[in-house]
Amino acid sequence: MMETIGLYNYWVVVVLMMTGFYIVVARDNLIKKVIGLNIFQTSVFLLFISAGKVDGGSAPILAEGIEIYSNPLPGVLILTAIVVGVATTAVALGLIVRINEAYGTIEEPEIHLEDVEA
Amino acid sequence: MIDNHLPILQVLIPLVAAVMCLLLRNRLIVTTLAIVVTWVTFAVSAALMSAVLRQGVISYELGGWAPPWGIEYRVDVLNAFVLVLVSGIGAVVATWSPSSISIELPRYERHYLFYCAYLLCLAGLLGITVTGDMFNVFVFLEISALSSYVLISLGQDRRALTAAYSYLVMGTLGATFILIGIGLLYIMTGTLNMADLAERLPEVLDTRTVIVAFGFLVVGVSLKMALFPLHLWLPNAYAYAPSAVTAFLAATATKVSVYLLLRFFFTVFGYEFAFDRMQLWIFLMPLALVGIVTASLVAIFQNNIKRMLAYSSVAQIGYMVLGISFASVNGLTGGIVHLFNHGLMKCALFLALGCIVYRCGAVHIDEMRGLGRTMPWTMAAFVGGGLSLIGVPMTVGFVSKWYLVVAALEQGLWPVAAVVLFSSLLAVVYIWRVVEVAYFEAPSAVEGEGTVREAPLSMLIPVWALVVAIFYFGITTELTAGIARQAAESLLKVAS
Amino acid sequence: MSPSTAVCVAVALPLIGALLVVSLRRWPNAREAASLITGGTLFGVVLSLLPEVQSGARPEAQLVEVMSGLWLAFRLEPLGMLFALVASGLWIVTTTYAIGYMRGHHEKDQTRFYACFAIAISAAMGVAMAANLLTLFVFYEILTLSTYPLVTHHRTENAMRAGRVYLGILIGTSVGFFLLATIWTWHLAGTLDFRPGGILVGRADNWTIGILLALFAFGTGKAALMPFHRWLPAAMVAPTPVSALLHAVAVVKAGVFTVMKIVVYIFGIDLLHDTGLSDWLMYVAAFTIIAASLVALTKDNLKARLAYSTISQLSYIVLGAALATSAGVLGGSMHIAMHAFGKITLFFCAGAIYVAAHKTEISDMNGIGRTMPITMMAFFVGSLSVIGLPPFGGSWSKWFLVLGALEAEKAIFIAVLIISSLLNVAYLMPVVARAFFVAAPETGPSGAATHQGHEVRAKDGSSINEAPGFCLVALCVTAAGCLALFFFADTLYQLLTPIVNVNP
Repeated sequence: MMETIGLYNYWVVVVLMMTGFYIVVARDNLIKKVIGLNIFQTSVFLLFISAGKVDGGSAPILAEGIEIYSNPLPGVLILTAIVVGVATTAVALGLIVRINEAYGTIEEPEIHLEDVEA
Repeated sequence: MIDNHLPILQVLIPLVAAVMCLLLRNRLIVTTLAIVVTWVTFAVSAALMSAVLRQGVISYELGGWAPPWGIEYRVDVLNAFVLVLVSGIGAVVATWSPSSISIELPRYERHYLFYCAYLLCLAGLLGITVTGDMFNVFVFLEISALSSYVLISLGQDRRALTAAYSYLVMGTLGATFILIGIGLLYIMTGTLNMADLAERLPEVLDTRTVIVAFGFLVVGVSLKMALFPLHLWLPNAYAYAPSAVTAFLAATATKVSVYLLLRFFFTVFGYEFAFDRMQLWIFLMPLALVGIVTASLVAIFQNNIKRMLAYSSVAQIGYMVLGISFASVNGLTGGIVHLFNHGLMKCALFLALGCIVYRCGAVHIDEMRGLGRTMPWTMAAFVGGGLSLIGVPMTVGFVSKWYLVVAALEQGLWPVAAVVLFSSLLAVVYIWRVVEVAYFEAPSAVEGEGTVREAPLSMLIPVWALVVAIFYFGITTELTAGIARQAAESLLKVAS
Repeated sequence: MSPSTAVCVAVALPLIGALLVVSLRRWPNAREAASLITGGTLFGVVLSLLPEVQSGARPEAQLVEVMSGLWLAFRLEPLGMLFALVASGLWIVTTTYAIGYMRGHHEKDQTRFYACFAIAISAAMGVAMAANLLTLFVFYEILTLSTYPLVTHHRTENAMRAGRVYLGILIGTSVGFFLLATIWTWHLAGTLDFRPGGILVGRADNWTIGILLALFAFGTGKAALMPFHRWLPAAMVAPTPVSALLHAVAVVKAGVFTVMKIVVYIFGIDLLHDTGLSDWLMYVAAFTIIAASLVALTKDNLKARLAYSTISQLSYIVLGAALATSAGVLGGSMHIAMHAFGKITLFFCAGAIYVAAHKTEISDMNGIGRTMPITMMAFFVGSLSVIGLPPFGGSWSKWFLVLGALEAEKAIFIAVLIISSLLNVAYLMPVVARAFFVAAPETGPSGAATHQGHEVRAKDGSSINEAPGFCLVALCVTAAGCLALFFFADTLYQLLTPIVNVNP
């Protein structure tokens, strides 16, 4: 029981991941989908980072008298992943702006209707 | 001295050139730079291939940092083969593209952005292939993916935008799944280096974490490679993108994802775990077979020829995955050689279609009337590629099918062999539809400008170079099937 | 030149001819001359290989290793020698005929016609000389693809539909059945070479061999075994020279040649005879023989009737192969030559009638023997050969087939052969009878046959309106060939005997 609660970071990850995934799938507004994608990606970031924390370890900066450090590598990886996420969001938003110009709407059903009618 | 740095140069050259394209705005300079750079990149791949064939696996440490803490670029026969394909296609399409994009991307002053994105995509795909580090794979995966979303959105039809957007959503989901898988593996083993993972994973193979990681990786890769039913992004993306983009992506992007499948499940996890314990073939084989049949059937009913070929691509990916799912030397040889062969075929077909777009403006089946007479060389190239899709002997398509059927018969799966052969007959139907319209019907009247002419030489030569390659590698398969077999044997760790 | 070079030249030469034809397209006479010269040279090259093969040598050439262990290679043996001689010899004759026909008919796209013809002949040579199943399959497919433009020559809606049936059946059977059987054989035997005595002995159980035989037999769509025969009547939409050479000689003979070669060199006659695994094929062939003859009886269109006759005659050869006895195989093989000459004569005549008198239906052909005596005499000669009466070649092949049935102790097939000969009489003789013994319709005051109400007179005032000269020469040559083959049958027999005597 205590172990399950001790793994609370992973539970947060799971909740966020499913929330994000649900938003991507269930919401028709293009921007909301992007938001869902962001939440999904954030959950992955948390997965990596929280896994890097070592029990009793301090921040991974060399200092006198400190024996145990947390793992710095996940942090590095996630920095990269955050940048990737930002770039993805930027491209997605750019696309949405252009879609809005072309279709006049950013709701998926309406876009679909426009294409079917065309 | 350059020889030692070939692996990093493979990625660095197009990457730097992409930035230079961004800075040099002049259209002529940028176009020339792109063409020169892509051919230099191809030369690097060829050099890597010959080096690997001579001396075995090449290992390169980035920045001199030794693996498993440093990032390692690791080139063996399999990824050298894929590198040659990707860079070769990149070079051919870049050479072909100037006339095409002058028609399809009307704002000339923005062409430098096109080439910047193109070179970024090329660099990304090459990076995925050449690296030996899992996270590096993710980074380059996203580089290539983002630039391909941009490239696809440049299509003239406004549906290119929505196609790019839905590809973005699905592609990001796929890449994130792969990232989750990588993360879980890292958590269990503490390393990101593929070779190192292969050594450390056997101890932890029974844990739930690793099995879940396996699952995430399978789904993520399947999404990126458009395995049925995760292929929904592909038809629209290929149909509405500019012709040069479609030709490039169709021949490379999904192939690199198939390479990832091989790398993850044969090198990192090891085929005993993936196929004997996790029974991956139960997942891959039926989906591949269903994909082959349904995609071919849907292709028959398409009136937009680009869309038809896009569905055909989904079917062909099915062949590759089918070959891999046999997990035998012949099966893997068939899958790997089809990776190369399909790249050649589809690029030739899409480039021929691009020539038609250049002259006629669209690729609806009605536009194709009488093209056999007005654009004889282009249609002949289309027929050549089509014959290869069908699997006529002396073309590359035949070689792939041969190995797949042999692999199926070896395992006693003669219904699978029958499906492979009968699906070729479906390909006959959709290819012959185009042939009949082009050769048997009178040319449709073009409003205004007069009759349609043959495509310019600058576009025909790259197309025909590919068609010649289709027949050449269908007649002497030493280079393609021979290398594929070597790769297959090394993946299955068969003593050769 | 050395025999192995000659073998390669034989396959390459018609391709060069095709290139010449295309480059000479602006000068029709030069273009036709190129075809004829290439044909003549090809026949010479093939003929030069005859003494080699007769003496027991087997000229070989290895071209390229396609996949590991699988070569594109040639190896000429007696059966292939026969087919090559027939195809190359009749190419010259057909080109002569085609010149008369295409010009007399003012056909379009003649360059494409002659060029595709040449490529098809090259493919036929490749089939004849193939050393293994892969090479055979490659050239077999090239034959299908190169004859497609010939079948759909007229580019009409009809032609397109016929082309679909043609391609659909031929590629469907070859990819779906034949290729599967080929790869399965490779898997079982580890080789695809044609070897005397076959390569499958001891490699698989009887069930597998039976299925393989079925896949190969039905996979060879060009042999027109029912129910995969529909492409032959569909292909009659092509111009007559196409029907004549390709569908009386090259394409269909490539089909039955393939069946014969596979029976002899992949399965081995002894294997099939001892296990009785080809019995069902005998019955399928017999059914095709009778059924196709019956259908031929109902056809009023002459070319259609001849098409079904071809289907029937092809199954003679398949029957010979299925009987799996020496005489059966020899009879079937000889029939390749006999039927080729007989049928091509009949088709030449049909085309000549079309060009000269614009008639296609038999019921319109009353009295045509008066206006086209040479043509109809040739038709008569061809008919007798097909029926199998001496002194024409067809009698010898039938004789050996009957012997083969006796050797196999299957007397029922003797009955089949006799009945089909009677049916041949029934559908061929009426044409001759109508031509010579029935009065022509609507005769004008001079007694000459009228054409749509106008009197037709030849330039010199006589009432003969024969086919163009080139056509006449061709059909006389082939008719004479039918006669000559009767006397040369022994040469054929001596040439072919080695294929059934496996044990030295």
